[in-house]
Amino acid sequence: MTKNHNEAFTQPGEEMRSLKFFNLMLVVALMLAACGGAATTPPPAPTATTVPPTQAPTNPPPTSTTAPTPVPEPQTLRLATTTSTADSGLLDAILPDFEAKYNARVDVVAVGTGQALELGTKGDADVVLVHARSREDKFVADGDGLNRLDVMYNDFVLVGPKDDPAGVNGLATAKEAFATIADKKSAFASRGDDSGTHSKEKSIWASATITPTVESGWYLSIGQGMGETLLFANEKLAYTISDRGTWLAQQENLPNLTVVVGGASIAENKDKGLLNPYGVIPVNPEKHPGVNFELATNFAEWIASVETQKAIADYGKDKFGEPLFYPSSVAWKAANP
Amino acid sequence: MAELYRLTAVKKIYGDRVALNIASLTVEGGEILAIVGPSGAGKSTLLRLLNFLEPPSSGQLWFAGEAAPVQPPLTLLRRVTTVFQRPLLLNRSVRGNVAYGLQLRGERGEGQVEAALNRVGLTDFADRPARALSGGEMQRVALARALVLNPDVLLLDEPTANLDPYNVGLIETIVRNQNETQQTTVVMVTHNIFQARRLAHRTGLLLNGELVELASTADFFERPRDPRAAAFVKGEMAY
Amino acid sequence: MFADLFPIVFLSLYVSGVALAVAAVVGIPIGAAMALRPLPGQRLVDLIVYTGMGLPPVVVGLAVYLLLSRSGPLGILNWLFTPPAMIAAQTIIALPLVIGLTMSAVQGVDPALRLQVRALGATPAQVMWTVLAEAKLGVMAAIVAAFGGIISEVGAVMLVGGNIEGSTRVLTTAIVLETRKGNFELALALGGVLLVLAFVSNFLLLRLPGRRAN
Repeated sequence: MTKNHNEAFTQPGEEMRSLKFFNLMLVVALMLAACGGAATTPPPAPTATTVPPTQAPTNPPPTSTTAPTPVPEPQTLRLATTTSTADSGLLDAILPDFEAKYNARVDVVAVGTGQALELGTKGDADVVLVHARSREDKFVADGDGLNRLDVMYNDFVLVGPKDDPAGVNGLATAKEAFATIADKKSAFASRGDDSGTHSKEKSIWASATITPTVESGWYLSIGQGMGETLLFANEKLAYTISDRGTWLAQQENLPNLTVVVGGASIAENKDKGLLNPYGVIPVNPEKHPGVNFELATNFAEWIASVETQKAIADYGKDKFGEPLFYPSSVAWKAANP
Repeated sequence: MAELYRLTAVKKIYGDRVALNIASLTVEGGEILAIVGPSGAGKSTLLRLLNFLEPPSSGQLWFAGEAAPVQPPLTLLRRVTTVFQRPLLLNRSVRGNVAYGLQLRGERGEGQVEAALNRVGLTDFADRPARALSGGEMQRVALARALVLNPDVLLLDEPTANLDPYNVGLIETIVRNQNETQQTTVVMVTHNIFQARRLAHRTGLLLNGELVELASTADFFERPRDPRAAAFVKGEMAY
Repeated sequence: MFADLFPIVFLSLYVSGVALAVAAVVGIPIGAAMALRPLPGQRLVDLIVYTGMGLPPVVVGLAVYLLLSRSGPLGILNWLFTPPAMIAAQTIIALPLVIGLTMSAVQGVDPALRLQVRALGATPAQVMWTVLAEAKLGVMAAIVAAFGGIISEVGAVMLVGGNIEGSTRVLTTAIVLETRKGNFELALALGGVLLVLAFVSNFLLLRLPGRRAN
């Protein structure tokens, strides 16, 4: 793998020939990859160019021989994120801005946190957006990701049946509520899928020094996404932890449930342990050549930019009467001390 | 010999085609009756009616003195059986095929099965898959399958049409033997006028669904009354 | 981990096995009857059966879910998220396959054979059983196809079963979960187990009637 990408582009004339060569190598690499060869070495993505590299194999090289011009065909950015993030509708609301600004198309792959990070580990995604801080740190430490940025946070709420069989409504912390639920053996639905939400749930049980087991009968681990878990809890009249965004988006389909710990908005959430920070991490091109690192970095910077952060802060206000997410990027905090 | 079947004004109609139109026919108990005629004349249809597999469209059929109902009871149906031109054996052993009819009736009859196999000369083939046999052997299995039931009436629909002379002779011997020793009534449809002369007591000619001649075999072939029967006997009828 | 695997494998076999048995007991006679005694509107019935063979399992799952939900007409049964709901959904998926392929197999039997069997004194029921025995290979193929379809489906059992650990988790839903969690190797291994299961089950199924050399 070439380490000194910069040496490839020293003169404008050489840039053209190198670009043609790069295109050719990309075509060959993509064809070989399509034949299933895992051992091919696609050319490294350049770190400093003035022309966005193309990913479409049939794209003809630019015809201009002086200053390189932007390629008209949109690039694709593969974003791996969690189902709860996608379900909230935030991405649908803000992504068009990115797609317009960078002439890109964002393919959102919404899966569990574990799978999202795994996609990054395999180089099947260009950038990941998840909310599981310790696993994000490991992702970077393992060399799979570069330059993690804070993006936003939301909170979790504990929801349960309206008639509150365990009597936990209004308790200040989820930890107390969990302990009461375990004590009363009230039905509790767990996502059970190693997602960010599941990790948060496990940490709360741990803080209450309780280890619920499926044999107990009241703890139901169903291994599914947030939407399905809420529907399940609604059907089974069980308690469950949910990110507020999915809860608000799904509320009308959940007539038997209500928020028991966490209040009506983030501002009213008395339990700091229920806060849920998000990070964006471009996938490391040195470990996974072939990812669109430049575009991924653009994405990270764009989502942390003050303008996008403002859009995030506004999302949900007209639909739910309150925002679903609170911006927390370094740029935002600097602009709003 | 008492009258076994009586058909009066029996018609069988399929759609708008009159397949059978028999003004009068009787079958005597214990006789061998041959029915000859061109293809499509209605011979197979007649046999199906005699086996109570289909009711007549109009007219009346009597059996053993009683009018046969449109839905004949199982006991009546099971007194008659048919061997067809193709052996139509089941996907099981020779023994399994011969025993099949008895199985349907809930009878075991092992001795009978062995005896029937012996009569058709297939004792050594008892455990072979029936469909692996030659054409002649398969038809003998079909015959044994019918005989083991000891039916009152044995109907034969061109049973030797596809067979070699050895098997034709063998089957004719067995049929004659069955008729003489058990008084089994036999109605056989055949293309083979020589076979009719060899086996049958009486012979009838079916033409376009109608019975145009019915007489003792000797009279049928030497003194036919109907000109069409005369043409048929002389081999002048083209079909 | 292997201790966790046994209940999952057992439940997969149990749910699909019971569904297959019900579909066979109900579907084989119906398929044979439809072939032997065409009804007046038979072509329309055939069309419905063949369409049913291509019904997406997840759609069946959704329909059963809506029926069994607390807010649905059969909510009183309390079957949702329990094995009976999974068996019900898989029976519905398997039934058109069994009926359609049995019907086709029986239609392939020589019609003259039916007449011969009646001439030997068979009742309508006896005719049906004899013809089914003649169509044995085709009927077994129907069973095997139906089993393959339901042991490997995931949409219906996920929806009506809920993938609850320890009570409604089967191999296919476990594979989805492990994939979601990023445990690709484990998911592949579970897939391998499923394949072996299907292989062994089909081996046993195909031995039942015995293959006769013609």
